[in-house]
Amino acid sequence: MPTSRITARFDKVRAEGRAALVSYIMAGDPDLETSFKALCALRDNGADIIELGAPFTDPMADGPAIQMAGQRSLKAGTKLTDVLALAKRFRAEDKDTPLILMGYANPVFHMGYQAFADAAAEAGIDGTILVDLPPEEDHELREAYAHHEISVIRLATPTTTDKRIAKVAEGASGFLYYVAVAGVTGSGSADPEDIREGVERARKVSGLPVCVGFGVRTGEQAAAMAAIADGVVVGSAFVDHVRLALEAGEPDAIAPRIGTLAAELSGALRSAE
Amino acid sequence: MPLILELEDEYRKAKRDPEFAAQMDDLWRNYVGRPSPLYHAERISEHFGGPKIYFKRDELNHTGAHKINNCLGQVLLAMRMGKKRIIAETGAGQHGVATATVCARFGLKCVVFMGATDVERQKPNVFRMKMLGAEIVPVSSGTGTLKDAMNEALRDWVTNVHDTFYVIGTAAGPHPYPELVRDFQSVIGEEAKRQLQEREGRLPDAVMACIGGGSNAIGLFHPFIEDEGVRLIGVEASGHGIETGQHAAALNGGKPGILHGNKTYLLQTDDGQIIDAHSISAGLDYPGIGPEHAFLRDTGRAEYLTCTDKEALEGFQLCTRLEGIIPALEPAHAIARLGDVCETMDKDQILIMNLCGRGDKDIFSVAEHLGMEI
Repeated sequence: MPTSRITARFDKVRAEGRAALVSYIMAGDPDLETSFKALCALRDNGADIIELGAPFTDPMADGPAIQMAGQRSLKAGTKLTDVLALAKRFRAEDKDTPLILMGYANPVFHMGYQAFADAAAEAGIDGTILVDLPPEEDHELREAYAHHEISVIRLATPTTTDKRIAKVAEGASGFLYYVAVAGVTGSGSADPEDIREGVERARKVSGLPVCVGFGVRTGEQAAAMAAIADGVVVGSAFVDHVRLALEAGEPDAIAPRIGTLAAELSGALRSAE
Repeated sequence: MPLILELEDEYRKAKRDPEFAAQMDDLWRNYVGRPSPLYHAERISEHFGGPKIYFKRDELNHTGAHKINNCLGQVLLAMRMGKKRIIAETGAGQHGVATATVCARFGLKCVVFMGATDVERQKPNVFRMKMLGAEIVPVSSGTGTLKDAMNEALRDWVTNVHDTFYVIGTAAGPHPYPELVRDFQSVIGEEAKRQLQEREGRLPDAVMACIGGGSNAIGLFHPFIEDEGVRLIGVEASGHGIETGQHAAALNGGKPGILHGNKTYLLQTDDGQIIDAHSISAGLDYPGIGPEHAFLRDTGRAEYLTCTDKEALEGFQLCTRLEGIIPALEPAHAIARLGDVCETMDKDQILIMNLCGRGDKDIFSVAEHLGMEI
């Protein structure tokens, strides 16, 4: 299946001899207007791929930072259709930055896989990560994606066997999301050397670019991870800036703070080997 | 996924191992007190003037409910897998107490996740679990109830999977849990079937149980599914009434969805967000329902009725006064619907209702609802 924007982006990043910065923010946290500014700040400060979180009441794979982000977003009344509208607004201005919708299966299932696929394609979404929809259960979603250029992006961990990675890669495209540490988002960081071999195996078996995430917060950590991966995912650290700005009573500082962190991470990846 | 596939593998092996069966049988008999009696509830039968009503007395089990049937099975599996740390979620605390009990019996570390609001309203069970050596983790994420406790337990499990086993108490969660729970709880229906055969020489005409996630009901129903003449009747908690939106009736008031690794009926908004369940009985307070019940309902094999908080309180008092048995608020929901079901049956027919828990834990909240002081 063609995955033009994502593939094009990895080609570009590879040509520049570096790893991609994959950044995550929660849509509607604390409101959609701020999220739009944050998306632009990410793009303007070197984020290569953007994951846009869709809030869910029961985010069982997420640590406290993203849980709270989801709650802030739900409190503001964000619906899945709002997340898609936000993507569409961003896409109208930016034709190149891949947008990945990340969330949980139920809101998508409830909307209807085909209705979602059509709306996501129209909004310019390039891929989805639905963390609680394993390869065994996503054939209906993939059928709905069949006529669109939307990638199913799946997760692997250091405990995933080669056999399982092959299964995970079947029908997946875009990239493979490698979860560096056992646990939830925002938990402790992994030593790149400990997972180097696992990432190499995952790349070989899946034939996809491998992006490593979970526990990466700083430029230094990102640069270290870049040595072994095609991309580095940073989520909770961005989301924490939303919380910190809100706690300081400075909602207008959210987008600039996110931009500053993106610039730091992106700079580190560009100067890493 | 790898961790639940590993669990499934181990379960298949255990199922074929006669030693596993012998160990379960011994513990059921001598630790839990199985088989639980099948009791002819004469005065309740007379009261409704319909079929002969039998109670399956699972409230007489050690720890006071059916929950321990499944805990024993899962903890034995955990030990076969070499896991030393057991985690569980609990709402009312019954599953937590049963898990803590079995962990004490086998010297395993036990951590129980419990919604912060439930920790407050279920103090006696929190104390029991602590006495049994369990660590209680109050969960305040989300809305601080059973589903959030389950989320937190899942988060702990993926973080500590190398040494940890997650004992799920209800017939929901990711495969193979619904199957595991059903199989371990099926001892209820198997015994009832055998006991009624001995007593009456026949099958019942109907079997009936309350439903939250559905573990006691599926345990009673499962051995009768192939017996087409036997009606399977579940009773969901409709709280303040389905029309108020404050209820726990996923089948009667929910829509299909995906949560906690299974596709089933869920209480949810138009945007697919999960709605908190409400029931007077914390044990029925779950926004989903075991996927097998969803299947039995869709195929028409089982019937699912509802019962409000108020009706359950009446059922609670009726059973207490007529039979000298204080039921838990959970089975009180089934008791309260007996009248309607009896009207559809003849005098020479037989109904078995699972009395899945005793009411000691509920006396404080019942007193409060009845405006009495203890």
